[in-house]
Amino acid sequence: MLWDALFLQLGYNATLVVIGATLLGVSAGVTGTFLFLRKRALVSDAISHATLPGVCIAFMAMVALGGDGRNLVGLLAGSAVSAWVGLLCLNWLTRNTRLAEDAAIGAVLSVFFGFGVVLLTVIQTMGSGRQAGLEGFLLGSTAGMLWADALVIAIGGAGTLALILLMRRPMTLVAFDPEYAAARGLPVDRIDLAMMGLVMAVTVVGLKIVGLILIVALLIIPPVTARFWTERSDRVVLLSGIAGGLAGYLGAALSASAPNLPTGPIIVLVSFAFFALSLFLAPGRGVLAAILRHMRFQRRVHLRQGLLALAQGQPIYEKLTLRLLRRAGLVRADGVATDTGKARAAKALRDEKRWEIVRTDLAHEAAAALYDGLRDIETVLTRDQIADIDRRIGGPQGIPS
Amino acid sequence: MLDLVSDHGKAIKTPPLGDSPLAIRGLTVSYGQKPAVFSVDMTVRPGAMTAIIGPNGAGKSTLLKAALGIVKPLSGQVSVFGKPLDDQRARIAYVPQRASVDWDFPTRVIDVVLMGLYRELGLLGRLRARHTAKAMDCLNRVGMHDFVDRQIGQLSGGQQQRVFLARALAQEADLYLLDEPFAGVDAATEKAIISVLKSLREAGKTVVVVHHDLATVTDYFDHVFLINTRKVAEGSVAEAFTAETLQAAYGGRLATAQVDQLAKALG
Repeated sequence: MLWDALFLQLGYNATLVVIGATLLGVSAGVTGTFLFLRKRALVSDAISHATLPGVCIAFMAMVALGGDGRNLVGLLAGSAVSAWVGLLCLNWLTRNTRLAEDAAIGAVLSVFFGFGVVLLTVIQTMGSGRQAGLEGFLLGSTAGMLWADALVIAIGGAGTLALILLMRRPMTLVAFDPEYAAARGLPVDRIDLAMMGLVMAVTVVGLKIVGLILIVALLIIPPVTARFWTERSDRVVLLSGIAGGLAGYLGAALSASAPNLPTGPIIVLVSFAFFALSLFLAPGRGVLAAILRHMRFQRRVHLRQGLLALAQGQPIYEKLTLRLLRRAGLVRADGVATDTGKARAAKALRDEKRWEIVRTDLAHEAAAALYDGLRDIETVLTRDQIADIDRRIGGPQGIPS
Repeated sequence: MLDLVSDHGKAIKTPPLGDSPLAIRGLTVSYGQKPAVFSVDMTVRPGAMTAIIGPNGAGKSTLLKAALGIVKPLSGQVSVFGKPLDDQRARIAYVPQRASVDWDFPTRVIDVVLMGLYRELGLLGRLRARHTAKAMDCLNRVGMHDFVDRQIGQLSGGQQQRVFLARALAQEADLYLLDEPFAGVDAATEKAIISVLKSLREAGKTVVVVHHDLATVTDYFDHVFLINTRKVAEGSVAEAFTAETLQAAYGGRLATAQVDQLAKALG
């Protein structure tokens, strides 16, 4: 079943959902990156919750006008309007009152969502309301997805991506250094608002598949995942889009492969799995790498301290130090230095003196920046530079290496 | 050029805006109900290095930010090279305080300098070899070419400051505004920055620096602008950087010994 779903062989509806979810994942991942870089990730939660009243009001308006209340374009237009109102409220609160942004987010989110739930209850008591299925917008419902729905998602997602591509440079500049961006004449406020507008577009587009409660996960988890793997913002954007798209694709396929698996929540869980893998396994910023790095570092520190102690004839009490020295064949079992140990110790002491020169000489600034008390000086300076430093130190030549 | 302001805060003269690199008239900025900068006039001398000096909280940085439109002033006019600020953005390079930036941001040294080429690159322009070469050249001028691929958070404070300066250099501006570039930096950085700034002056550029170290003012700068919410004095170092003006700007906040020492140094 899963293979069928992955290769889009599970029938019309499942295929539409998988394609829609993949597109949504890509555009949410890419858009969310800028939100994450601007440190305003939670604003998206307020925006998404603020869509609910709009959905309900649009439904009631369409029914009142004698139309079909379930028209997706109408419902999404309504949700966009109320999300925009929510966003403007949020901006107004943070700018014109003493409320901090987190408190303003809490206020807007709960008030709009509460109002939406009230409207939802009212609709369910209406004659035509029972079949409306509006509660599907809370957690997404893909069961009855139509070709037209998929088209709305595809166009919305593609449009958002194109706008992001157009605005990526100003948005990065504003996220990194807003003051500098303002000094260059960039309209920082308007760029921020445009960014939030894009987030809103993604949210609205994603209502059908993941629903308003979980869309925040698609906006935030992929960029956080991507951040583990790179130190470049353009790559974070790219990786985040890939992570989001993959999560959408795998999640939707998984949920289609068995009955009664909800699409939105499964996508979020797949996305989380990528996050967890990155958290532990990423080479630079991952937890495992950090632990290994720390242990390796600790061993180097102990070894270096041990060598310096040997060179200066000081006793070594630390058990780890002794064990490391013994294992490297630098001391005998009784703690006396071997010949190699003596040579290495003498070199360690000599290197300390060399580093002292390097660190006080501005000509060696780049090298001095690498000083950590552990690094072999040969990895940083050329043979000639070292010879020059040795001449300045004076003393015996021909240090064994 | 000396334009000393009397105790009542009344300017002796208010020259027209002219085509000075940066001319400010009647600028007032306030956070809440308390003015940080009050009715300040400033006329920056072209091709010179000017220090903005004053005690903590005197409005030095605010003056600069308001001049650039980063902070919205309550009142006042700003002109750059005789034209409105927004027409002249391309001729201004700004180096903000280091604290204004998130140093864990996923960006490398070279990427930061390339931000200086934002206008050249445009929205969709491709990054070409000549852009990278220009950025490298700017890093070279501040002695940071060995750090190109480092994530910016891995640099020391002084090195970060030099990367900021390199970004400003990449803009090829005519007016350079720096906010406390020497705050908390190492000696190597201070030397590197001041030599770059002096080379800019030699090339006919105008440099304005918010500065806090009174001891180096006479060595580094040609002109000073003393401020303590209101303008205190403006003019060449010899005219405006005197024991009298310092006493007026710092009031009791400068220890008497410090004033004496400076007065002695100034003759």
